[in-house]
Order: sequence, then C-alpha cells, then structure tokens
Amino acid sequence: MNVAEKKARVIEPDSLIGKRIPKMDAPEKASGRTRYIHDINLSGQLYGKILRSARIHALIKSIDVSAARALPGVHVVITAADIPDQRPIGVAKDHFPLKVGRVRSQRDEIAAVAAESEEIAEAALKLIKVEYEDLPVISNPEDAIKPGAALIHPEPHGADGSHLHLKQGMSIAHKGKPDNIAMRFDYVHGDVVQGEAESDVVVEDTFKLHYVTHCCMGVSGMIAEFDASGNVLMYSNTQVPFLHKREFAEYLNIDPARIRIIQPPIGGGFGSKLDIYPFEVICLYLARAAKRPVKMLFTREEEFLASPTRQPVLLTLRSGCKKDGTLTFRQVHTLHDNGAYTSWGATTPFVMMQTFSSLYRVPHCDYHTAAVYTNNPYAGSFRGYGNLQATFAIEQHMDMLAEKIGMDPLEFRLKNAQDAGEVTGQGMSFKSCGFKDCITTAAKRSDYARKARENAANRDKPGNIKRGIGMASMLHVGGGAKIYPSDGCGTILKMDDFANVTLITGASEIGQGSETVLSQLVCEELGLPISAVTVVNNDTAITPWDVGVHASRTTFIAGNSAIGAAKKAKSKILAVAAKKYGTAEDELDLRGGFVIQAASGEVVVELSKLLRNLHFQDKAELVMTTFYYEPPSVHQDKGFKGDVSAAYAWGSQVVEVEVDTDTGIVRMTKVTGAHDVGRVLNRLGIEGQIEGGVVMGQGYALTEDLLIQNGVMKNPNFRDYKLVTAPEIPEMDIAFIESMDGEGPQGAKGVGEAPSICIAAATANAIANATGVRMFELPFTPEKVYRALHGQTPKLYWKPWKAE
Amino acid sequence: MSLKHDIEFTLNGVKRRVSVDVTMNALAMLREVIGLTGTKYGCGEGECGACTIQVDGVSLNSCLMFAVDCDGRNVTTIEGLANDSKADALRESFVEHGAVQCGFCTPGMIMQADHMLHKHAHPDEACVKRGLEGNLCRCTGYKKIVDAVVACGAAEVTP
Ligand code: FES
Ligand code: FES
Repeated sequence: MNVAEKKARVIEPDSLIGKRIPKMDAPEKASGRTRYIHDINLSGQLYGKILRSARIHALIKSIDVSAARALPGVHVVITAADIPDQRPIGVAKDHFPLKVGRVRSQRDEIAAVAAESEEIAEAALKLIKVEYEDLPVISNPEDAIKPGAALIHPEPHGADGSHLHLKQGMSIAHKGKPDNIAMRFDYVHGDVVQGEAESDVVVEDTFKLHYVTHCCMGVSGMIAEFDASGNVLMYSNTQVPFLHKREFAEYLNIDPARIRIIQPPIGGGFGSKLDIYPFEVICLYLARAAKRPVKMLFTREEEFLASPTRQPVLLTLRSGCKKDGTLTFRQVHTLHDNGAYTSWGATTPFVMMQTFSSLYRVPHCDYHTAAVYTNNPYAGSFRGYGNLQATFAIEQHMDMLAEKIGMDPLEFRLKNAQDAGEVTGQGMSFKSCGFKDCITTAAKRSDYARKARENAANRDKPGNIKRGIGMASMLHVGGGAKIYPSDGCGTILKMDDFANVTLITGASEIGQGSETVLSQLVCEELGLPISAVTVVNNDTAITPWDVGVHASRTTFIAGNSAIGAAKKAKSKILAVAAKKYGTAEDELDLRGGFVIQAASGEVVVELSKLLRNLHFQDKAELVMTTFYYEPPSVHQDKGFKGDVSAAYAWGSQVVEVEVDTDTGIVRMTKVTGAHDVGRVLNRLGIEGQIEGGVVMGQGYALTEDLLIQNGVMKNPNFRDYKLVTAPEIPEMDIAFIESMDGEGPQGAKGVGEAPSICIAAATANAIANATGVRMFELPFTPEKVYRALHGQTPKLYWKPWKAE
Repeated sequence: MSLKHDIEFTLNGVKRRVSVDVTMNALAMLREVIGLTGTKYGCGEGECGACTIQVDGVSLNSCLMFAVDCDGRNVTTIEGLANDSKADALRESFVEHGAVQCGFCTPGMIMQADHMLHKHAHPDEACVKRGLEGNLCRCTGYKKIVDAVVACGAAEVTP
C-alpha cells in the first residue's frame, strides 16, 4: 500500500456495544484446557482433609489423634488444641475454624490432616477418636426463641464458674451470647398504624421459604503455601480477594502485605465465595505446620454439607390499600434461620427491606427481622440476597390486594410502580427507572391479560391439566452497594507498541463474563477490536484494589473504572498525535486501530505506529494509565436510610405453568421477562445471565429443597437434591428495557442477580391463576401442590414475635 | 497398600500402558495418573455428567467406570477431540452461542453432544434436551447449550 492510498483511507464508525461478543475465555474452556483449582498441582504438595462432627450439638469430651499421627504418609494432624492462637471467623466472629470444646452443627470441623495422598488423609481421619456428650438439638428457629430455649452459644464460664475472665469487646466465639438471636434488623418509615387506618382492604399472610444451596459445578477448594520467608501464596476462588487478604492475615497473625491470592478460573460462584469459611483457614494452618503446599478439595457430599445455603425465612406480611388501588402500608416480620454460625445470610434483610419499602410506592413501612441461631447449616450469600424471599411475599400480596378491590392486577401494579425521579422512604433515589416499561412489556409480550382471564375461566372446566399465568417484578441494586465505606474498583491499563492493551482490573471473574464486558468498554474508547485486549484479573500482587464481586456491581463499578483508565490513555494518545501532526486533539479520534480525523474518518496514522514512535525516541514514553472509580452512592445511616447504590435495576417476569391436578406436578412452560438493564453491553452475555438466573429461579420454585431434619442434612447429593435439567427448562422470551443510566458505563446497570428474583413469586401467582389455590410455602413439589389443591394444607401462620 | 493392575488401552488415539489401583475409577486415572484434567469431577456418583468420556464410541460417566475396565478399549476424552474437525465445529458453536460461562460443565457437555451428533446427525431441540439430560449446568440455564448443539447439527445439513 503506498502512502497516498493509505492517507485516503476512511474508517467507518463501528461499535461493540450491544453486540453478541463471545466470552473471551470460552475457547479454552470448551477444549478442556482451562486449569481450575482442581487441576492445579504444586510440586511437594500434600493433601488436606477435615474431620467433621459426627453429632449435631455436643460437647467434645476428648479427641485422640495419636493413631492418625502414626499412620505412614501423614505429615500433620491438627485440632483446636494445636492452634492456641485461633481467632474467631465469620461475619459475627462467632466460631473458630477448628471447633473448641463444642460442636453446633453437622458440618463442624474438629480435626484436620495433611498427608501424602488423599487416600492416606482419609484413612487418617478414620483413626481419630472423638468422645462427645450430646446436647439438645434445636433445629427449628421458632424453638430457638422460646423462653428457656437451650443456648447455641452459651456464655463460657471460668474455672471457678464465674464470668469474670471475660473481657469487654470480645467476640461471640469467646464470650458467648445470652440468647439465640444472632442479628436484628428494624426499619421504619412513616407510621403503619396510620397506614392501616387509611386502608380499605388489609391482607395478612405467612410465607415460608426453604433451604437451597448454590451447587456450583466445581466443588470448593484451595491450595496454600508458605515460602521460606513466611510469605503466603493462596490459590483460592474467593470473590473478595482484597478484603479477605486482610482477614486471612488476622487469622494467621501476620502482616497482610505477606499474603498473595491468586484466583484460578472458578467453577461457579453465585455468592458462595463471599465469606471466609473454616476450610480455608484450616488449609492455611496445615500448610504452615507442614511447611509444604497443601491442597484441599471438597467431595460433592462435603460441598453440600459444608458450603453455605440460602437462608430459610418465615415471614409474616401485612399489607393494605385503598379502594382506588393506592398502596397504604406494609408491615413485615421475619424469622431467619441463621444456622449455627453467622455468615452473610444474616444480613440479607438489608436487601429485603429495600424491596418492601421501595419496589412500589408505600407511604408507611415497618420491617423487622430476627436471625436466630439453630443447629442447622449456616446460611451465606446467594444470588438475589434475600430478594427472592421478599419478592415471593410482596408479589403474591399485589395479586391478592388487586383481587380484593376488584382491580386489574396490571393496573394495580402500574398505579403504584416507581418512576424515575422518585426518592423513596428509605432514601433511594431513582435516576433511571424503566419499571413501568418492564411491566407493560412483559405483559404485552406474554399476552398476560388475555391468558389470565381465559385461564381463570377454564379453572372449573373438566380435565386435569390447568394452565396458569403469573407476574412478579423486582427492584435490585444495579450500581454497586455501599456496604463498606468504599465501593470502588481500580484499573491499570497499559498499551504495548503493537497497540495491544493489557487491562489489569481489580474485578474478579466468576464465570459471569466480566472480562469480556470490560474489554468491550475499553475497546469502545480506544477504537480497537476485542482481540487486542488481554485481561489480568486474578492476582492480588498485580491487580489494583476492589471491594469484590457482589451486589451485581462488577459491570457498573469495574466498567466505569476501566472506562476511566481508557479515557486517560486515549487523551494521551490524541495529545501526542495532535502534536506530531500539527492539529488539535479534539479534531482527532481513535477508530479501528487508527488515529483518524474525527469529522471525516480519514486515517492519520496507524495507532501501533504512533505508539512505537513514542517508545523509540529520545524522550521515550509509555501509554500506561490508572483509574480508581468510586460511585456516588452513600453508606446508609443507622436506620438503614440512604441512597446505597448509584443506580437501581428493575425487571418484570411472567411465568406460565401447567398444573396437573391429579398429580400436583407443575410444569413451567414459558417465562417472559423484561429487564431494565440500563443498556445492553454484550447481548450474548446478558442473555446468558438472564437465562441462567431464570432456571436457577425455576429450581428454587419447583425442584430444589435441601432437607434438614433435626440438624441432619438428608439429601447431600444430586440424586436427591434436584437441580433442573435440560428437558425441563421453559421457553424463554427476554426483552431489555434500555433506560440509559446517566452514571452507568455506556448507560448500563448491573443485572447479575436480577433474573432469579421473581420466578418463585410469579410461579405462585401462576398456580393461583390456574387453580384458584394460593401456595405460601416453597418449593412447589408435587406433594405440596397436590395437598394444597385437595384442601389438606393447614393455613400457615406465624405470629410475629417481639423480643422481651 | 492397595492392589495394582497393569492395563493397556488406546487413549485419544495413542496406545497407553498404565498401572492402576484396582479400586480407582477411570476419572481418577485420567486426572491423577495420566494428568489429563479436561475431564471434571462434579459428583463422583454418575449424577452430573461433568466426567463424560467416550469409550468405544459410547459416552459414559468416567466416575462410574473402573479404571481397569479401560483395558483393551478405545477411550476418548475432551483432549482427544482437539484434532477432530467435527468437534471443532461443535466447540466453535458452543463459543459463538454463548454456551460457556464458568465452563466447568462444558467438557462433559461437549463429549456428550459429540456422541449425540454421531448418532443423530441433525437433532432437533427436544432430542438435544433429552440427550443432555444427564449433564448438569448451574450457570447457563441450558438454553444456549441446546442452541449450540442444534445449530451445529443443522450446519451440516447445509454445507
Ligand atoms: S462426576 Fe461423574 S457424573 Fe458427576
Ligand atoms: S457453565 Fe458453569 S456449570 Fe455450566
């Protein structure tokens, strides 16, 4: 190509935004080459295994590890007695990694072994002898709050029976708790008594939500290694590497600077890796003692037993409205089964109360939660974070109130739905809000109104298959959530002399496709193809700080951070080009790998050539930028008020079902969704998030049920814990409402958690539409549905409980 | 400690001779003895399909097969599809259709789908769903996986 030709070349505008961009790491994954934590082995590595409690609630009278220690191939055996400096872990610091004196649930960690092979480690566990003295088991949260209930974390006594040895400010693990209440949440706006007085219609019901668990296809695992200077290298699938660095350092009593976390590709997250669990700390203890790398992997059974769950909730909701359809108040009491220890599950009321106070305009709202200790598995964070439970109750009441006042349920919802510009009683400020569009779009695409009418009319006709259609809507944070003083993310961006970009981001990738979306955003600024970007996102020694993957925040927060870094790089490049070619910066732009004339698209210079010139000159320079993005949200006050997210996501989903009244089997035939995502960045990625979330919601509604009886998990396997399989999935029709959020990256908002939130609620409404029977308890298994249809389900009622 | 047994079989087109523990399953042999980690452990009980391989042209769960039973057989793993043009198209289809998220189920899905496409060259949606019933995925909701397999079969009709 000669110079004259090249000068004349014009690059047409192009954009990656909204396109279907395949996930960047998909080819590796599809060829089986991706190395997950399970696939990584370090030379000299030992295998760690944990001995868990054989009892549900008991005192540990003695532990004898002598035979295990004597087994050939065993390097280290530890119990609490071997780690005198154990620090308490968990959100409420209420347990030790290796349990001291008492076990409180089936999963409890008593001892651990590091050995030459997994087989030897397992054989060693069998040689450990533990003597227990059983204690009464509390497996029902209602029992846990009864006066005189046995305590799960009783106050320990000194040798003389006194409490005097207890220092102020000590953790629950040290000083115990005088009752079984792990956490309380109380939120109020307005005055519900006044709200009730203004109501023409009031409904009150109790809803019961069950145990489910993440079921990541890759089981949990970790590798820990201490180097000769005492620095720690962890291969870990945490979603929160930077905050956890600090915590791990505390547990090891070392400087956080000595800890490096590498996050290999993860076999699924969904919130399960948001907390630090005992096995991780135990793996560190083993590696420290063995002075060898130690790898620990769960079996699937262990994954069921010892990874977190979604929190079971008993919830009584009282709602009212006027005859004209204006909502007047909501009063909510919930009892959360915390399990034996406190993880993030206890804090889901943060999210639940937002839905009660702010999904619709409610002038008076009163919300109370008690999360109580039991001897059950402890609940963690799980995609949706309490919102599935809250929405299940609210959206059934929306249908029930509408029916009572004889109003069309769509009209009733639209009348109370939020709009852009509103500030709710809880202080959330809705800048972009496509809620009403979501409702009308989902209704229209699914032909909701006609089908609902016809189904209701067909209820009493002969035939055992009844069709039903139901709607539910949701509000969720879509621009991060300022639950820590900062909700930021850092980016380092460097360009090489071939115009390739290395994007170094604090944002962890947990399978959701963040690396692809972040690359798109960078390419959009720099006018490069996606293939020009390499993402580095998994090593705390390299990546800049980030709060972690949660609250659907990555696209929004890390996206804005990546854009910030790219914009800085762009302005540097344009400044250099402008100087070199004697023109103004604002007359230039980047497109298709070239510096171009902004107005005409004519090529000025190939970007790689410009960068090479910059590198190879007397006063050489690199294009390397950093950016830290902090969203304009606020930390909530003590009353949980404040604009906690920079943007809010909305969605409405319509579920269609066929109910077989002879068998109670509910088949989900179709889901129509409309989601206000701000703007679609990667159509392929966002569809995948929504479809995956819908089917996860389907499992929550219909098939998944972690059965706990007297603290014992009855179905810790995929045979008896039923995940949805391919033939069962519904037809899915998904629409996107693009409300173009002013603060969002290219207008986008977070969507990761949104799609599972409404499904159970909409399914309940669909079953009611099909059969006229309301279901208040999940999941809708054939047995439960059959009983409800045949009048064999007693009315569920939980009397809201008040602390003395 | 435990009894070993020597076996000889063809793995991904190459003759292998290995000494395996008699209690070991084929999944552990592939991952730990031979060092091919594309085949995944998801449950160890035949419930998730993450460990799917092909033995004499039939797909099965390697976690349920004794390693010693590989003796004299022809075993293909996800790594063995690397030089197979038909499998290339399938992998490509998975990538293009967004059928891969965390990717942990993907090798098993592809082994199963590859087997299916050998038996039914142009499966429809219902057939693919049935064929993948034994493979669990927690991320995608299956739709894009099914689309990928159907499209791959359909592409062969119209060259
Ligand atoms: S690991 Fe073999 S079926 Fe799950
Ligand atoms: S892509 Fe994650 S399990 Fe299928």
